Amino acid sequence: MTTELVRRPGLARIRLSRTKPGRSWLYLLCLGFLVLIVLLALLAPWLSPHDSNAVDLGNALAGPSGVHPLGVDGSGRDTASRLITGARTSLLGPLGVVLFSTVAGVAVGLAAGWRGGWLDSLLSRSTELIFAFPGLLLAILIVSIYGEGLTAPVVALGVAYLPYVSRLTRSLVLAERERPYVEAYRVQGHSGLQICLRHVLPNIAPVVLAQSTINFGYALIDLAGLSFLGLGVPALTPDWGRMVFDGETAIQSGYPLSAILPCVMIVLTVVAFNVVGERWADQVARRDR
Amino acid sequence: MTFVRFAARRLAEMAATLLAASFVIFGAMYLAPGNPASFLLSGRSASPEALKAINDQYHLNDPFWEQYLRWLGQVLHGDFGRSIEYRTPVSTLLAARLPTTLLLVAMALVLVVTVGLALGWIGAVRGGATDGAILVGTTLAVGTPSFVAAVLLQGLFSVKLGWFPSSGSGAGFTQMLWHLTLPAIALALYLIGMLARVTRSAMLEAMGHEHVTVARSRGVPERQVIRRHVFRNTQGTVLTMGGLIVSTLLICTVLVETAFSVNGIGQLLDLSTTTKDFPVVQAISLIIVGIFMTVNLIVDLLLPLIDPRVALGTRGAGA
Amino acid sequence: MNTPTTVPTNVPTSAAANVPALDIQGLHLRLPGTARPVLAGVDLTVAARETVALVGESGSGKTLTSRSALRLLPLKATTQGAVRVAGEDVLTMNPDQLRRLRTHTAAMIFQDPRAAINPLRRVGDFLTESLRLNAGASAAEATARATRMLEAVGLSAGALRQYPGQLSGGMLQRVMIAAALMGDPALILADEPTTALDVTTQAEVVGLLDDLREQFGTGLLFVTHDLGLAAAISDRVYVMYAGRIAETGPADALFNRPRHPYTAALLNSTPRPEAPQGRLAAIEGQPPSIQEELTGCPFAPRCRFATEICTERMPEQLPVPDEPSHLVACHHSDQLAGSLIDA
Repeated sequence: MTTELVRRPGLARIRLSRTKPGRSWLYLLCLGFLVLIVLLALLAPWLSPHDSNAVDLGNALAGPSGVHPLGVDGSGRDTASRLITGARTSLLGPLGVVLFSTVAGVAVGLAAGWRGGWLDSLLSRSTELIFAFPGLLLAILIVSIYGEGLTAPVVALGVAYLPYVSRLTRSLVLAERERPYVEAYRVQGHSGLQICLRHVLPNIAPVVLAQSTINFGYALIDLAGLSFLGLGVPALTPDWGRMVFDGETAIQSGYPLSAILPCVMIVLTVVAFNVVGERWADQVARRDR
Repeated sequence: MTFVRFAARRLAEMAATLLAASFVIFGAMYLAPGNPASFLLSGRSASPEALKAINDQYHLNDPFWEQYLRWLGQVLHGDFGRSIEYRTPVSTLLAARLPTTLLLVAMALVLVVTVGLALGWIGAVRGGATDGAILVGTTLAVGTPSFVAAVLLQGLFSVKLGWFPSSGSGAGFTQMLWHLTLPAIALALYLIGMLARVTRSAMLEAMGHEHVTVARSRGVPERQVIRRHVFRNTQGTVLTMGGLIVSTLLICTVLVETAFSVNGIGQLLDLSTTTKDFPVVQAISLIIVGIFMTVNLIVDLLLPLIDPRVALGTRGAGA
Repeated sequence: MNTPTTVPTNVPTSAAANVPALDIQGLHLRLPGTARPVLAGVDLTVAARETVALVGESGSGKTLTSRSALRLLPLKATTQGAVRVAGEDVLTMNPDQLRRLRTHTAAMIFQDPRAAINPLRRVGDFLTESLRLNAGASAAEATARATRMLEAVGLSAGALRQYPGQLSGGMLQRVMIAAALMGDPALILADEPTTALDVTTQAEVVGLLDDLREQFGTGLLFVTHDLGLAAAISDRVYVMYAGRIAETGPADALFNRPRHPYTAALLNSTPRPEAPQGRLAAIEGQPPSIQEELTGCPFAPRCRFATEICTERMPEQLPVPDEPSHLVACHHSDQLAGSLIDA
């Protein structure tokens, strides 16, 4: 029975606006912001004014100036450069998580939903087990075994998010299976796998992708949290979460800028992913109605 | 099926899942590169004597299943082994820190439930600009990880304004409450946003139901209509989020307690992960998972009371 | 704020003979963004102890007309005219008066009892809610009355403790009827109360409504799309089309001697055992959309008697010759006199 209970608020439950079309300017703004962030990440080496790791202790914690438009952190490193370069790891990690969980989750969900029977029971029970672990806990567990580095936590989080994707996929597949076109193709002699890949998958893809976009935000939060604990990215890599970790003492001394700016970046990026993802989910749900 | 049978079945399921989870937590040790002994010692002296001591203490030369069952037996008796870093029983460490974390989580939970439900109600019922403001606020809240909230709150209310202490957990109950206020808010913020949105959306949906109009048509005052027929009907949905809320609160204590230097279980988890003090990590993981499953069980048992359609089997699986 | 009043006892209300339970005069109802009013000048009366049927297709405005008696109107609607329930105009009441009206004077029975009753609360809660929260009745008093009402509709007191999901559709509709009687209303509005039920239960519910009307002395407005049913149970019938009353009169007069082409068409498309076994004649065409402006008679596009005058001038409601209580709004109502349709 617990399996039926939705652990994370399902897509269909969250109605953002009372009127049908909703505020599209917000959506466009967020989409634009995301494009901007991705560009920053891709073009970081050319866009950052300074070397993000250039230490200058004499200038530590200085405020914004002509040379350093956003100030410097506790080791004199330029905040603006670190923010721009930090976009890379801050986005790359969640991307890995989402790719892993989407691909693996869809595979599992397809297999379980399409085949049914013992395979379904096996896969469903196994993914049920993963639900028992909050994502961050799995990541911490892995880090306590493998130590520093982003690969292990990304895999761990990918595994942690897999059940959400697989369960969604499974229920979508179960519904699709009943549609007339599936029977029609089967009668024509197409194999189950063919029908799955060429027809069912494209039909369920939009919903899954919308959920994955939202998962990106969750992954960003979890990975940034890990870096904040000093457990994620290695020490010298600029990363928004890590920058907050580095800036902790700076806050205590009353110079919070180098820690606050990455916080702002995190919040804005996660919000943007949520808004965009939910809008896509809304559109898909409306299309299906 | 009768309630007793249902409860028994759920209990059995929970036990099974918990068992499987404990297996995963125990077996994780073997995921480490090298052998468990050197892993447990990692970074510390790896002399042959130390290795032998470790092997003996943790019976690492025994077959896997024996180790697991022995460990499980000990855990069920409250013995979580010894911390490698501190060389004291893990349970002692936990006992010292648990009350602080429990208080923190309790405070945060109260905030989440009261503020979250209130904002959701107000947004759904008032509409207009108030709803717009609440939507904006909750959207931001849902984008704010607890460590970000912690850092921002600390920077503003602690360092800048000096209204609250920025670290420690204080001695004595009132002191603790004061010290844990900012951490509790940081912990609760994200979940307040989420609960508010779920409540708001569920209430908006419920308001469209015919029985609400019918109640109005019989002259029931509007406030009562909202309370008895709109809000009340959303409580099932809210309750099913209980597990998620509690487990998120628990795991995020790692972040918040570290940010505020609160000596609770969360901080201990962070410390022991950094120092690779695996027995402690295992113990805390087990506790978090255990509490999560227990809350889920309680939610499942309470749900038929809140929503009689569940008990009758006439309700669908969605809201 | 809630002025405590005594819980009504089981005595039939002796409504003054000359105060109708419901008196609608010239009701116009307009929704924003529409080209014509949803209700365009509706006149309708229901006397005490009388059963009046309001018949029409969906979209004709019959539900809105009945809901106007409780002022259950869409938020942005504008109204003109008067809707008097037991003598008081509902449209101009203040919120307190309105609440009192809804608790004590008028009650509605809704079409789908499963949607109309909160599935999460017990039946007893549903029945006693209005009296407890509005009339200041104690739980005991309200429960006692609820028990009596349940008995009046043929259910046992055990139903009080049950949840709606545990009762059948027919039983739930009886609960609805009992709930409607709780406040001892002068007027009961039944909005297609039998549509969601199977045929056997329909007959039971209709019979029950009639008995109770007699017993409690209320006026009953029965809204339906089924003209046959309407004629069978009511004293008088109103036929509604596109927000207007097309024809009204005593039930047997309307049924046996319809004078409006729409009424005739409705009768033709109602299966009757004694009629020749032809195909069921559905009425061709659709009612005019709310976005369409109207100059003449709204039924003209679908009417086989329509002439030029029908599209130019709105017909007035005029009495049929020799039948002063039989009114029809048609330029050609004489066409049907003496035709095959007359029984």
